[in-house]
Amino acid sequence: MAQGNKHEPLLRIVKRGESPFRLKLLVRIAAVLLALIADALFIYFVTGLDPLAVYTTMFQGTFSTPMRFSWAMRDLASLLLIGIALAPAFKMRFWNIGAEGQVLMGALATAAVMVYYGGKVPNAVLYAAMLVAAVFAGALWGFVPGWFKARLGTNETLFTLMMNYVAIQLVACCVNIWRGQASGLGKLNMRSKAGWFPQLFGQRYNINLIIVVLLVVLMYCYLRYSKQGYEIAVVGESENTARYAGINVGKVIIRTMILSGALCGLTGFLIVGGRDQTISTTTAGGNGFTAIIVAWLAKFNTFYMALISFLLIFLEKGAGEIASAYNLNDFASDIIAGIILFFILGSEFFINYKPIFHLGKHGTITKEAA
Amino acid sequence: MKKFFALVLAAVLCLFACSALAADLKIGVILVGDETEGYTLSHMNGIKQAAADLNLSDSQIVWKYKIPEDQTCYDAALDCIGQGCNLIISNSYGHQTYMVLAAEEYPDVTFVSMTGDFAALTGLDNFKNAFTKVYEARYVSGVVAGMKIAELLESGELSPEKQPNSFDAEGNVKVGYVGAFDYAEVVSGYTAFFLGIRSIVPNVAMEVNYTNSWFDIDKEAAAAEALIAKGCVIIGPHADSTGAPAATQKLLDAGNLCYSVGYNIDMIPTAPTAALTSPTNVWSVFYKELFSAVQNGESVPTDWAKGYEADAVKITELSASCAAGTAEKVAEVVAAIKDGSLKVFDTATFTVDGAAVTTAPCDMSFMDWSTMTAIYEGETVDAIVDGAFAESEFRSAPYFSLRIDGITEIK
Repeated sequence: MAQGNKHEPLLRIVKRGESPFRLKLLVRIAAVLLALIADALFIYFVTGLDPLAVYTTMFQGTFSTPMRFSWAMRDLASLLLIGIALAPAFKMRFWNIGAEGQVLMGALATAAVMVYYGGKVPNAVLYAAMLVAAVFAGALWGFVPGWFKARLGTNETLFTLMMNYVAIQLVACCVNIWRGQASGLGKLNMRSKAGWFPQLFGQRYNINLIIVVLLVVLMYCYLRYSKQGYEIAVVGESENTARYAGINVGKVIIRTMILSGALCGLTGFLIVGGRDQTISTTTAGGNGFTAIIVAWLAKFNTFYMALISFLLIFLEKGAGEIASAYNLNDFASDIIAGIILFFILGSEFFINYKPIFHLGKHGTITKEAA
Repeated sequence: MKKFFALVLAAVLCLFACSALAADLKIGVILVGDETEGYTLSHMNGIKQAAADLNLSDSQIVWKYKIPEDQTCYDAALDCIGQGCNLIISNSYGHQTYMVLAAEEYPDVTFVSMTGDFAALTGLDNFKNAFTKVYEARYVSGVVAGMKIAELLESGELSPEKQPNSFDAEGNVKVGYVGAFDYAEVVSGYTAFFLGIRSIVPNVAMEVNYTNSWFDIDKEAAAAEALIAKGCVIIGPHADSTGAPAATQKLLDAGNLCYSVGYNIDMIPTAPTAALTSPTNVWSVFYKELFSAVQNGESVPTDWAKGYEADAVKITELSASCAAGTAEKVAEVVAAIKDGSLKVFDTATFTVDGAAVTTAPCDMSFMDWSTMTAIYEGETVDAIVDGAFAESEFRSAPYFSLRIDGITEIK
């Protein structure tokens, strides 16, 4: 770096190497503190409430009762599972914007099996059929854009995005058929409860949680230690390098998208069987998009993904509780949660980049924003 | 003296017990919308009114806004219970399948699913339904509309020569209705409205246009415009927006002969000269009964349905466009409904396929249409009782199933 150079701009952004753990921790703590201060100003001056009381309420959104904690864990399971499903695709730099649709297809297949085979086959067979149908449907929704990208070089971002709308319309159509003369679908198999997940260890959502915990570990190992995981990393860094190394890029793309879609389909199965026992166009609830943030922020490390999912769910529950407890418009409470998220996302910038300020002609003052 | 002390003691104890109970009542309110939407607003106002009348404090009510008809409703109910609520109310029809699951798990908490239709079939002591007999108010609003038509006919403003389009081949005056869905509640509503009109003007025919939505300003406006283009002189809506009255006002100003009857809220601000009146629910009547019953540990009816006899329904203020003598006629009709001498669905006043109705079997089962099985099996009742269709007697939610002569549905 040429110090004192006449043409040096006032502010430069320099990419950092691998930051030491202490710096990362420091930046993140500072970000949270700054967010809380900014939020306090907003809460005090805009809503006229006591910031500390609001923060307490926000905390209560997740932690006040065991039931709320269990709901937070349940919602975390759905979000995190989609994040896990997206990780291999995004690590391969395949922009899979289609998780929402892949989840919906899994959910739709599950619901269809519940409607048409519920009560007609033994429960164990029914669960197996729901699972297989969901995984297959999700995998299909991942395979199609993967195949087109590998064979014809189509743009996967647009392709996967469009597939979402196809899935949404398919779901809307089936819901319309199944609801018959009622105004809404209600719970599937309301009377027989066929296909509803049983409680495990006295907790309604334990099956979903256990599967997610297993997949956090499995996906971590797959991406980090398996040959296929390595191939994904190489294709993601540079397709040409991958080709030079003798990797069949098309095959890796298709295989990875089938995996990604299948896991999304599995999420759909868990949501319908284990959480909602019904289906609607909002079954995935936008998690297919939120999970992209989860996967990217964690740089595809599934354990970090669990932390980030928890943070997002915590903020969402907190915002909801603030709105309910203070009779606030939910836009206001979303701003409160949004400010925190904004600062945390912003802190990633300062972890990866170093801003350098150039002040005055004689000499340079470099300042690290922490 | 001993007796006196005993009495005083009993009274004091009772006071203590009552105040303890009063402090105990905590209500969780699950709403499909918020104050920006007319249907939910009318429930909120009813609840607030009832709470004020019974001196309940703000901390005794937990509000849950914008709760969709899905698992969120169940979560909201459980969350209210976690906050100490012992009475949970939901205001949308589709909430009921989630409310019943919570009701099964919490037998000590009372659940009321407003407008729901299967509480009696579940066999649960703590799960209730409630609805007003709003069809009575619709009948009365039909009388108001009938008075207007009679006035127009008398003054000659409405005649086959001047307005040929407004009469059908048989010489009946055309009336239109914007319905939400092809549901018993809507059918019950428009039939009552039509019979109200026909009690004043015998020669009327009505067309019903469905929008397939409970709230869609544009569709409701378009449906009203289509009906007016066909020559309808009165537009009655059963959907929640101001679309139809606003469209009627626009076309009236453009020189058409058309007037509007609203729903839920006073439509005079929306349609100053086109609006006549609106039938509405007075939810506070039910909520007050409900809150005091739960507060005092009394039982709550499984199916609550009241109308004019308890002032649980009414029509809003009559507009300046109403015909002379309308107020007197309305008072007379309301009095007749109250004392039971007038039955809205009197079988002497209508026919089906040209014949008088003597029997009307209604299946009370709650169906799962995806598998075509009954979730809760109900009896099939004959709704014709003492020469009238007994609406909201066998359960609170409407089950009117007849399609009477003189009304055409456009699907």
